[in-house]
Order: sequence, then structure tokens, then C-alpha cells
Amino acid sequence: MKPPAAGCRFHAGAYVVKCKERDADSILLALHRVQIGCERVTDQTGNRGPMKRYSAFAIAREALRQHTGWGRAWAARTPRRKYDVVIVGAGGHGLATAYYLGRNFGITNVAILEKGWLGGGNTGRNTTIIRSNYLQDPSAAIYEKSRSLYETMSQDLNYNVMFSPRGVIMLAQTQAEVRGYKRTAHANALQGVTTEWIGPDRVKELCPIMNIDGPRYPVLGGLYQARGGTARHDAVAWGYARACSDMGMDVIQQCEVTGVRQTGGKVVGVTTTKGDIDCDKLGLVVAGHSGVLAQMAGFRLPIESVALQALVSEPIKPCMDIVVMANTVHGYMSQSDKGEMVIGGGTDGYNNYTQRGSFHHIEETVRALVETFPMISRLKMLRQWGGIVDVTGDRSPILSKTPVDGVFVNCGWGTGGFKAIPGSGWAMAELMAKGQSPLTDEFSMFRFREGKFIDESVAAGVAH
Amino acid sequence: MLTLHCPYCGVAADETDLHAGGQAHLKREGPDASDDAFEDYLFMRENPKGVHFERWRHVYGCGKWFYAARCTATLEVFGTYPAQTTEPPQDIRDKITAKRPGWAWGAFK
Repeated sequence: MKPPAAGCRFHAGAYVVKCKERDADSILLALHRVQIGCERVTDQTGNRGPMKRYSAFAIAREALRQHTGWGRAWAARTPRRKYDVVIVGAGGHGLATAYYLGRNFGITNVAILEKGWLGGGNTGRNTTIIRSNYLQDPSAAIYEKSRSLYETMSQDLNYNVMFSPRGVIMLAQTQAEVRGYKRTAHANALQGVTTEWIGPDRVKELCPIMNIDGPRYPVLGGLYQARGGTARHDAVAWGYARACSDMGMDVIQQCEVTGVRQTGGKVVGVTTTKGDIDCDKLGLVVAGHSGVLAQMAGFRLPIESVALQALVSEPIKPCMDIVVMANTVHGYMSQSDKGEMVIGGGTDGYNNYTQRGSFHHIEETVRALVETFPMISRLKMLRQWGGIVDVTGDRSPILSKTPVDGVFVNCGWGTGGFKAIPGSGWAMAELMAKGQSPLTDEFSMFRFREGKFIDESVAAGVAH
Repeated sequence: MLTLHCPYCGVAADETDLHAGGQAHLKREGPDASDDAFEDYLFMRENPKGVHFERWRHVYGCGKWFYAARCTATLEVFGTYPAQTTEPPQDIRDKITAKRPGWAWGAFK
């Protein structure tokens, strides 16, 4: 008898906590969506079985037979010799690309290669914030597409990603930020992204634990996106992996790509630690290691990899049901469903691949937040971690063809990749399948030489 | 915390006393340069997982710019040297070769 995975028990438990805050209709709706454990997609010989949906009925059925019917959520496969498409990187963006290749374009002869474990890179290391209040039109288009896909992701994937549209405020703490965010609010109105400029009183009303009269950086207002929020990051990767596996794609973990093989300027395959794999099209979706993969393929990227870190406090009672970002002082905070205060800050200033943070950055971030949130001054911090983010010159991503025919690259999401996962996958899949996508046109890797920046760093649309 | 030895004032400076200035030994291009060369100079950067050369400024010390040779995979520092040079000095290269045989970075080996 196989017990259900421990992570899934937590999964369901946390969902029940969430349901308590909602009205009766929402709870009924949630009961339709709730799921625990894993489904059986392979039998003992590794053959695929019939699709099993997670549902309240499935829980009841399994409860009656001691939970012996749950199988693996995705199949563990060994690589075949040849695929139509190989995606390098089984993080959120890579898995989402594969998922939409299958769902939107019927391309299912796909392998997703991961050198570590599924979602073990930046997908599992971020602060899970989802928003789309960007200044530039191309950014707003892809991030808003992404945010809207998050709204129905749990239903689309039949996997509870715990999307919580709790609202996001970006605080304005200087006059320059006030002007900047008012401008962004107007731009968002023209782009069809619902955001609003709110005054300090409304900020205090939405987030009562905040001290808006700080001596150094008083809160002058904020850019509020009510439909922004958070989601469970691991579940996003797991949900996509399950859906990909169900479409017949191979998710192959612990398979590191060591070379890109090409003939006459066209990709023919990759060499990996599990042998050579041929492919017609290759997607590089590896975030911090994009430069390393690009070097294997023989081209350079306008990208530098730096460490970004985050930390969480001990769990406390619910005190904050909104996400707050304070870009002037480089700190952002939200409260997870487990009760931990999730805190993020700025990046290190130098190239780094070590996936660990540094104490002086923690000090900087926490010092800034304590002024705005005095109640966190006596909180103990539980743990801290780092991820390697790939940062471009204009702080906007690259979704692009490359100098090598058949090789596509999706990288440069820098410090804001999690929120973009479904939109990025949607757009990247279209780019790989059709050779062109309206969502990715502006994000070409060749935009720099043309001077066509999507300059979100100067626009202060992102925290760095 | 990363600690670099300032080659001018001789102190071991903490990361918080320094300002990172990005890739070292950029080849500056003039008005007659090709588009490719100018794109490289302005936007393309070495981003190795391993041996890397960088510019740093001892901002809360002597205020001067210097170069550092460092490993981005382990944060090990191979050495620092004054900025009045267009390529890494031989003793720094020898130190790197002793620890990372076969290394290469841009035009340097």
C-alpha cells in the first residue's frame, strides 16, 4: 500500500485554511477543485494508463480503499533517441512552453530535460508574486496575458496552484515614485490592465500593519492592482509537469545538457549526461544558466547572472492579506498561507552562480522593511535562500530566435520570472511552433543592436 | 561576505566598502566600428560560470577603480590588480592556471 505524498497532505490542508476566509459559494466551488495525492498515469510496466482527474469524488473513492489508487503525477522516463522539440530546463517557463506546445499546437513529441529536479531552480526560490502593472506596452501585454492565465490555471491543469488574487500595492515613498506610478496607472488604463493610484489612507486601510508616517520614507500612496496576488510556486511546476506527462511528453530529470550539436548552422540535437538526443527544434529555457547554454550553442547573450535572495519568518497569525512592494527601499513582503512572512530584496551587484545569499543584503532588506512594518522587528527569520537570475541590459526578457537555426531562447526574466510563467510559455510555444508570435516580437535578442529597448529599469516597473 | 584586497591602499575591503563595476577589459569601439563590434561593446557581456574578470571601485576607501579575477561558481578570489592595464598580468594568469587548468575568458587564456 502506497501512502499519499507528504507534500500533498499539506497541499490540501493549506487549501482548507484558505477556504475558511471565503463565502459559502466559494467553498462549494473550491470543493470541486480540491485535490490531494497523485494520479496513476503509468502502470507497473511504465505504460500510460487512463487519465484520472483530481476531484472531490476521487478523494472519496480513495478514502474508501485506503488511498491505494493514487499513482505518480508524472511518469519517470528515460530519453528516446529523437523528439520534434527538446526543451532544456524543467522549471515553470520550460514546462509551460511544453504544455502550450501540446495544448495550443498539438506538438506532443516533446522532451523536457532538467539537470537537477523539477522546479528546483528559480521556480522554487521566488516570492511568488503575480502582477502585471508594467509601464511599457510589450511588457504589459505578456504579463497581463500571464496573470489572466493564472486565474484559471487550477481548472485548466486540474491541479490546485492556490492562486490567490489578494492584491498587490507598490508603495510610492518619494515624489519621483508618485509621478512614476501615476504615469504607470494611466499607461495601464490604456493597455487594459486594471490598476489604480491610491492615496496613503487607502494604503493604510488595505494593509493596517503598515506605518505610513515613517520618518525617512513616508508612504505617499501606491499603485494598486487588485487582481494581482500570489500562487504556490511548486504546484505551478508540478501541475504543468503532470499535464505535459499526460499529453505523452517526457519530463526527464537529472539529465544535464553538455553540448548542442548542429550541422550547417542548424540544430540537430543535444548531448546530455543520459546520451545524445536528436531534435528538430531546441528551446533553451534555463534562466541563470542561459549564458552557459548559449556558449554551447555558439552565440552570446546580453545577459549577466546574479544572485537574488529571499527569506521567510517564523509562522504567525494572519496579519496581512495583500502583497506590498517598496521599491525605493528594496523590499517586498507578503504572508504565506502557512503564516510565514515572505520577504524579498535586491540582487547582488556582481556575477554569481552560487545560489546563496549574503547577510548584508538581508540586513539591508529587513532594515528597510522594519521602518514601514514596525511589527516585524521582533520576528525571527526561519530560513533564507538564493537563486541565480539572468538580467538583461534593459531589465526585460528575451524570447527570441537565435543565430542558430532551430534554436529558440527564453531567458532574461531577471527578478520577475514567476509571475510570467504561463504567459511566457504561451508566447514561447507560439514562437517555436509558428516562428512568430505577437507577444514575443518586441522581445527579440537583437533588439539591443537596434536600440529598441523595453526599458522597465528606468520606468521603475520592477524592483531591482 | 566577499572580501577583495585593494591594490592601491593595500587594505582587505569588504563587499560593502566596494562598488561592483561589471566586466573588465572591455574593448572600447569608436565611430568607425562595425555594428557587430559596437553591439558587443555596449551590450554583450562575458557571463562565465567560472573564471571571471571584473572592475571594482574601492568606493568607501581610496575611491579608485581596480580589477579583480574571481570564480563566479565558488566566489574564490584569484587576485586583484591595478586598472592601468588592458589585460590581466601574467602572475594573475599563472595563479588562475594553477587552480583552474585550461581556463579561458574572452581573448585571454
